[in-house]
Amino acid sequence: MSIARERLRAAAHSATLITGLAILVVWIVCALFGSAITPFDPYADNLLSTLASPSAAHWFGTDQLGRDIFSRVIMGARDILIVAPLATLLGTVLGTTLGLCIGYLRGPLDDVVSRVIEAIQALPLIIVALMALAAVGTSNATVVLVIGFVFTPLIARTVRAAVLVERDQDYVAAARLRGDGRLSIMFIEILPNVLPIALVEMTVRLGYAIFFVASLSFLGFGIQPPSADWGIAIAENYSLIGSYWWTVLFDAAATASLVIGVNLVTDGLKSVVDA
Amino acid sequence: MKFLIKRALLSLITLGILSLIVFLGGQLLPGDVGRAVLGPLADARAVALFDHQLGLDRPLIVQYWDWISHFVTGDMGVSFTYRAPVAPFVAEALVNSLKLGALAFVMVVPLGIAGGVWAAQRVGRWSDRALVLLGQSLGVVPEFISSIVLILVFGVWLRWLPMSADWPEGAGALTQIRYLILPTLPLVLVFFGYIARVARVGTIEALDADYTRTAILKGLPMGLVMRRHVLRNALLPTITVTASLAGYLAGGLVVIETLFHYRGIGALIYTAAKAKDFPMLEAGVLTVGAVYAVASVLADLVSAALNPRIGAQRA
Repeated sequence: MSIARERLRAAAHSATLITGLAILVVWIVCALFGSAITPFDPYADNLLSTLASPSAAHWFGTDQLGRDIFSRVIMGARDILIVAPLATLLGTVLGTTLGLCIGYLRGPLDDVVSRVIEAIQALPLIIVALMALAAVGTSNATVVLVIGFVFTPLIARTVRAAVLVERDQDYVAAARLRGDGRLSIMFIEILPNVLPIALVEMTVRLGYAIFFVASLSFLGFGIQPPSADWGIAIAENYSLIGSYWWTVLFDAAATASLVIGVNLVTDGLKSVVDA
Repeated sequence: MKFLIKRALLSLITLGILSLIVFLGGQLLPGDVGRAVLGPLADARAVALFDHQLGLDRPLIVQYWDWISHFVTGDMGVSFTYRAPVAPFVAEALVNSLKLGALAFVMVVPLGIAGGVWAAQRVGRWSDRALVLLGQSLGVVPEFISSIVLILVFGVWLRWLPMSADWPEGAGALTQIRYLILPTLPLVLVFFGYIARVARVGTIEALDADYTRTAILKGLPMGLVMRRHVLRNALLPTITVTASLAGYLAGGLVVIETLFHYRGIGALIYTAAKAKDFPMLEAGVLTVGAVYAVASVLADLVSAALNPRIGAQRA
């Protein structure tokens, strides 16, 4: 009975993992080879057929400038799939380093950094990001930097907690007795043991990064036009929602499928790591 | 009691650090504010005069002290955009945000707890797994995406609800609530899974605990066991989580408020960020931080009141 249930659970997990991966692969293919797949030029205006409803020629209809929405949804995967993973990677590298340092060295550095982390966490992330982007200006690079920096303390906190457990282990004491330097203890001894935790945290963060990039783009503080980005498209066409639903619905569905895909993969990976 | 005072003091320190970060973010990074506000074609003397009038040519530490000491007395500075005091704008926005946040809160918290407890009683079954996965998936979909779908269904196709939260002047409480339902629904979708997850884990642990087993073996009816023993313990972690949610609902709804044309503090921060109106932006952000701090201290109060162990310590 319990074995059967175990198998059922494993199957469910792998089913979510596979579904998630399938969705992700579709969007990655769109991001990489979009220009070869799109039936129309996603950036080309056609003022003779603006706001046309979905048809055999234009599966998802056309927008205010007569651009083919199906082609734009395909191309829209590109920027978000560049910006969000880069931001996540930056946050993971910085956060893991910071977490290792404050977790292993402790002392006043840990106190100060932990307080600052707490202070930043006393705000919704979107507000921190808005404020930072208002100050430094918006471009793909600044969005990567800001989201990376915003994620750094969150990942640092997780890694720090893991380091606190590791630093009292025998292998660390042995390394210390051997006379290894702090840096080599932190990065050669402890890092490999906290890396799985950091990596799971990274996939969780990737989901949030996509969430943020999409929201920021929608607000005009993320990816900038003329990108075919979904968030931008929704912001541009939102006022038409009453009469021309197809100008927003497909972009919304694309965004939803991407975040849910990443979430399914994260969920699947977590259960594999936990098992 | 001592614990709570300590907790409140810690919040104050956190707020102090936050104010420094906000100040540095707002004052240091944007460069010449006069130039940014007056535009690239403005005369250099006009820019200098503008900066001088706003006191932007003084040392940073003086500016910070000036800003924060006035801020705590309710004088939040003068908006670059409106050339008028910031405080009334922030106050009005905060009240609006609290209305929206409160409505979302009373809708999502009971639903989330009910969902979590329901799932916990079916651990390992498909229905449990489905609910968890659904909650998780809805939780990662950005609010503007679920909003679009909800607006299309309830606003455009069914025409049940107004598509904007901007109610007519002088509308009564019921009308206001009607206008707020559509903006609230996406929040319910986003946070349902979050609350349900915490409530579920808490319930599973409480169901498994010795005191629950004892209560059942004692022959107490299951309903009573659930109410008196399981829920009381299961809800403790949930309350901590709902407090941080309360803070977010009162100040983090930038996207929802913008999308539904609602003049709350999230929309205020967004508009200020767009216009580079830094006094307004700083005031809005710090107010949200204060709301967060108050919410988390309140949460500690409530969980202290509920938790028999903390209560015993206090007695």
